[in-house]
Amino acid sequence: MKKSYKIEVDCANCANLMEEEAKKTKGVKNAVVNFITQKMDVEFDDSFNSEAVIKEVLKNCKKIEEDCEIYF
Amino acid sequence: MNKKQKKILIRIIIASVLLIGLHFIMIKGAVRFFAYMIPYYIIGNDIIKKAINGLKNRKPFDESLLMAVATLGAVILAVYNEMHSIKGDYVEAVAVMLFYQIGEFFQNMAVNKSRKNIAELMNIRPDYANIEINGKIEKVDPNEIETGNIIIVNPGEKVPLDGVIIEGNSSVNTSALTGESIPRAVEVNDEIISGSINLNGLLKIKVTKKFGDSTVSKILELVENASSKKSKSEDFIAKFARVYTPIVVISAIILAVIPPIFRIIFLNLPALWSVWIYRALTFLVISCPCALVISIPLSFFAGIGGASRLGILIKGSNYLETLSKVKTIVFDKTGTLTKGIFEVNAIHHNKIDEEKLIEYAALAESASSHPIAVSLKKAYNKKIDLSRIKNIQEISGNGIIAQIDDLEIIAGNEKIMEKFNIESIKCHSIGTIIHIAINKNYMGHIVISDVIKPESEKAVESLKKLGIKNIVMLTGDLKNVAQNVAEKLKISKFYAQLLPDEKLKKVEEIISENNITAFAGDGINDAPVLSRADIGIAMGAMGSDSAIEAADVVLMDDNPLKISTAVKISKNCLNIVKQNICFALVVKFICLILGALGIANMWLAVFADVGVMIICILNAFRALFIKHIDK
Repeated sequence: MKKSYKIEVDCANCANLMEEEAKKTKGVKNAVVNFITQKMDVEFDDSFNSEAVIKEVLKNCKKIEEDCEIYF
Repeated sequence: MNKKQKKILIRIIIASVLLIGLHFIMIKGAVRFFAYMIPYYIIGNDIIKKAINGLKNRKPFDESLLMAVATLGAVILAVYNEMHSIKGDYVEAVAVMLFYQIGEFFQNMAVNKSRKNIAELMNIRPDYANIEINGKIEKVDPNEIETGNIIIVNPGEKVPLDGVIIEGNSSVNTSALTGESIPRAVEVNDEIISGSINLNGLLKIKVTKKFGDSTVSKILELVENASSKKSKSEDFIAKFARVYTPIVVISAIILAVIPPIFRIIFLNLPALWSVWIYRALTFLVISCPCALVISIPLSFFAGIGGASRLGILIKGSNYLETLSKVKTIVFDKTGTLTKGIFEVNAIHHNKIDEEKLIEYAALAESASSHPIAVSLKKAYNKKIDLSRIKNIQEISGNGIIAQIDDLEIIAGNEKIMEKFNIESIKCHSIGTIIHIAINKNYMGHIVISDVIKPESEKAVESLKKLGIKNIVMLTGDLKNVAQNVAEKLKISKFYAQLLPDEKLKKVEEIISENNITAFAGDGINDAPVLSRADIGIAMGAMGSDSAIEAADVVLMDDNPLKISTAVKISKNCLNIVKQNICFALVVKFICLILGALGIANMWLAVFADVGVMIICILNAFRALFIKHIDK
């Protein structure tokens, strides 16, 4: 399943790091962060609950960039 | 400016004022130290906070952490100097923090600006639709309109949804969609596309597509998602950024430790720890790969935005990148290089006025719905007066005999002329030839053929100029027709009489033999070929969903010059990307060397770092402004 989220992140490199963190999160098949449009497209593993996974993604992203936000 | 930006701007101003003010106040010792720590705290508190966070999460290469270490290190060195009765430089630490924040602020503004710019360029999203409810016209959200509803579009308003005109006529401006500024006349039964602007007449439109499926929504979605499909350049930079920071940080540590030890052990000189630590801290200031990381996606974003303004939709940064490297381009002939509709192309050996000849031919063929008859009627372009026509006789497959104004008109091919013993003049042109005789006297012939688009020749020429030497044309038409078109357009390679599946095979063959191949078609029946090519270009796609779906580059109208414009945009954008990568890397590298040698101080380092970023961002903006290649 694919979902697109609105995000907030201030620096381009942090956006790349967020993408990396999101990809590493369990239950995420693939993730793309678009810094300019402030969007994150996440492809979930079908056996996972997307809501739980995205919460985990946000938690991991907060570690690298405290200011970032994912709206879900 | 949003709240966040205003806040940081205020901090920048206060810190700058304090810093300048302190320069003129004579204070010494601890007072001086604390005085300078005020602007430092004002400008840097969030970075220090983030740095602590980075430490907690064990991210040693966190950007904020490195900035904090560099500036706090500079402060400690200044204090150390003070203790040895040398005047310490506190200004530097504050200034580095200040410039760093200015850089971030500028970057933030630039990105917001570009986002807004492109939204404005694509200012096609309608805010409302007028609908009649109980005799009253009300404005409603376009999302609420169902297919089959009747909407009203006043002059000056945007057409909110795709539909068919059921009442009224007007001219519409489709420039926001196609980049074409000449208004188009529309009348009842014409299809009309959302995003076009109604210029003068009131229109009633029966909606054929819901808002989410309408052209406007499709285009906006496409452009917005395009920059999420990342290019190889972006991947490269992301990977580079991951190794760049650690390498610089490790080099800084080596720089702080090795030279002093070397001096003590081998040269018997004083270690000069503070000098080398200072140089190492300078390294940390340059350790952020920001200029690179921001400017590359921004360039692609601007390139895609600039293209969409011209009616060229590029579905991803990756496609923009591939397009710039295309070496071979394959055209489907009909509908791409030629109009795909039959038109009167020439009139030869006429003994009466050309117009008169067309008039007789059109009248004779008036009862027929054959494409040839349609094109004759179109060329005549007047209302056909049926009372003038009597006794129409069709000689199947050969032509027509009719009585018009008491004249006997015979119109048809050579065979019908032979049949009536009329000597006809053979034609050397390619196409369908209609010979005309009046009262069994030969009056000349009309050539009807698929017409080459007026822009095609220039399109092929400019593609060659842009470095695409290998241009191939495919067609299902006969060989002599294909050859004629190819010669006129100066296309050296063509393959004729191909069935649709053979076209796909041919394209696959060409792809396997050549490097990067683009295929341009009109999107009708060629979806498999479009998706098979490295770059599929569909033209005249306004309203055709399957073409938009299958292609990588979508041209909103059917002007082949847009293909060369698209290539030009892609090359220009990739040039900017390369410039930015090279410029940023070279400046950073020079700064690192100068820093290591002690020539560059922290001031220069932060100036260079922020300066490079600003220049790269401004350069990226250039990708937005590219002009269309004209006839």
